[in-house]
Amino acid sequence: MIDTLPLIIATVMTAATPLLIAALGEHVVERAGILNLGVEGMMIVGAATGFAVAVLTDSSVVGLLAGALAGMALSALFGVMVVFFATNQVATGLALTILGLGLAGLIGQDFVGQPRAAIPPIEIPVLKDIPLLGKAIFTGDVVFFLSLILIVLVAFVLNRTRIGLLLRSVGENHVSAHALGLPVRKLRFWAILFGGLMAGLAGAYLSLIYTRFWSPGMSAGRGWIALALVVFAAGHVWRLVLGSYLFGGITVAQLHAQAGAIALPSQLLSALPYLMTIAALLVLSLSGRKGAGAAGSLGQPFVPER
Amino acid sequence: MSFHLALVPRRTVTPLRQFLTPVAALLVAVLIGGAIVALMGKSPVTAFNVFIREPLTDPWAMQEVLLKATPLILIAIGLLFCFRASRWNIGAEGQFLLGGICGGGVAILTHGMSGFWILPLMLIAGAIGGLVYASIPALLRTRFGISEILTSLMLVYIAEFLLDYLVRGPWRDPKGYNFPQSVAFSDSAVLQPLFEGGRLHAGLVLALIAVAVAFVLFRRTLFGFAVSASGDAPRAANFAGFNESRITVLVFLISGALAGLAGVIEVSGQVGQLRPGFGQGLGFTAIIVAFLGRLSPVGAALSAIVIAVLLIGAESAQVTLKLPFDLTRFFMGLLLMCVLLGETLNRYRLEIRRDGA
Repeated sequence: MIDTLPLIIATVMTAATPLLIAALGEHVVERAGILNLGVEGMMIVGAATGFAVAVLTDSSVVGLLAGALAGMALSALFGVMVVFFATNQVATGLALTILGLGLAGLIGQDFVGQPRAAIPPIEIPVLKDIPLLGKAIFTGDVVFFLSLILIVLVAFVLNRTRIGLLLRSVGENHVSAHALGLPVRKLRFWAILFGGLMAGLAGAYLSLIYTRFWSPGMSAGRGWIALALVVFAAGHVWRLVLGSYLFGGITVAQLHAQAGAIALPSQLLSALPYLMTIAALLVLSLSGRKGAGAAGSLGQPFVPER
Repeated sequence: MSFHLALVPRRTVTPLRQFLTPVAALLVAVLIGGAIVALMGKSPVTAFNVFIREPLTDPWAMQEVLLKATPLILIAIGLLFCFRASRWNIGAEGQFLLGGICGGGVAILTHGMSGFWILPLMLIAGAIGGLVYASIPALLRTRFGISEILTSLMLVYIAEFLLDYLVRGPWRDPKGYNFPQSVAFSDSAVLQPLFEGGRLHAGLVLALIAVAVAFVLFRRTLFGFAVSASGDAPRAANFAGFNESRITVLVFLISGALAGLAGVIEVSGQVGQLRPGFGQGLGFTAIIVAFLGRLSPVGAALSAIVIAVLLIGAESAQVTLKLPFDLTRFFMGLLLMCVLLGETLNRYRLEIRRDGA
């Protein structure tokens, strides 16, 4: 058990990182008052594009970048529609997910089943030599460390900077923000692009670091779980981190349980992350935070009067 | 010098414009789709023939189109109630699967028996299965304030695993060479063709009845009005005394029951057994159908046929043109986007203005 513990921690980290990155992006989007249900679609396109580009250029880092940019390109489409054409956000996000699933299949069709070598891990000197846990926590892939920086960056920008304040006021009440002369639509569009970049990166992480191969539908609802994590976070970045690692833990635990031939149907174990999502939202509600934390104008279309 | 886009509300929207908007959206999506087919190195003209002309001219394919449209109509009619009330049931796929599982379960448990009562019992079981499954997100929303969007979607994944468990476990055909599928249903559990030599069954009739009932409900009853009002003007609907929670639950139950009915009709009329993947994503496609039909019952029926033509075309395009089904999925998302943009242009006039003017 002692020998496998660092390994388990490392797998939990790789399972949690894509959820965390996608959720951080969507968190910013929702703070700005926009609900983008296209996370799943942007993620899978990021996964397919990232993998394809990594194979073609023979560089996983270029692949990660390409995946992130592909997610951002899709989010730009979403942004133009909901921000400048005031389309229904729920339906537009859903359309983006459907379109993304198809597009990812087309992009990835020639790359199914090809393996890809791992990116060499980054090791933090000295700290990694701490007995027992040092190697697990202070050795990781480049995106894992990036995600730690992103946590701090997102929390800091949203809560401690002027641009973060403007973004949150736009999300809280777009009519007042507009009346005060804030560029509501521009701020929202930028937030959406950030969300797309993160979703795309999360997807590329899945195909290039988590599984290291591309298969259709491989995002398997992670985009939707990221959306649920944002609800669960109720406005707090630290809860987002907690939620992502909790889900990473559940994913790994159910995989171990399936491999260990626990006398439960494997389908029940596979359904666990989705059941847990509903349970987490229920716990959040029972703890008396019903509807708390969501931005005031979330999901409502905005058409400036003039 | 920079410009910005302004949306100016239209005072009136003529019925002709309302009809032409989704048609124009469809045309634009088809043109973009054709361009992509050309980019993939195939002839757009051949693709047009396979996707659109053949399903509409070949009598055999025409029947397949109506068979494919049947579940789409039923699910989309149910979704109209939710979407008009701005309740976002995006998990119709799960309710569809549960309908198939419950109705199919009756067929499996009565396997080998015969009797006129089996089919009606299956249809009722299917509708109840979908209804109960849809009540979960509805109650989670009304009791606990949890967004129905995410819960209804999560339940789709859970339904898929349930189906997978059943057909690999307790309901697997013992003589099926270990394939993950149930026994083939007995004749009494299969919707029989309406006429000799054809394949069309009574499902289409049920779908058309659903269209008619929804039409009357929205045009002639207070309930239909309350549903639309609570979506368009929730505050006004509250003041008028329409109970928000009750409307949430009712629209979910209606759409769940219809999706469940569609599910049992699909397994009984089309598949003839339970097996993984019988859902084919029809529950998601029906969302596009509902929006393409501008959330009207007759519109939903017409759009279901349009979408069914494309789906049948896609099936033969996979074989004859080697065009992957992902292209169709991509096209469906694109179509929904065009429809939504059309809705905006329907309600607003676009004006390009100079900044500061």
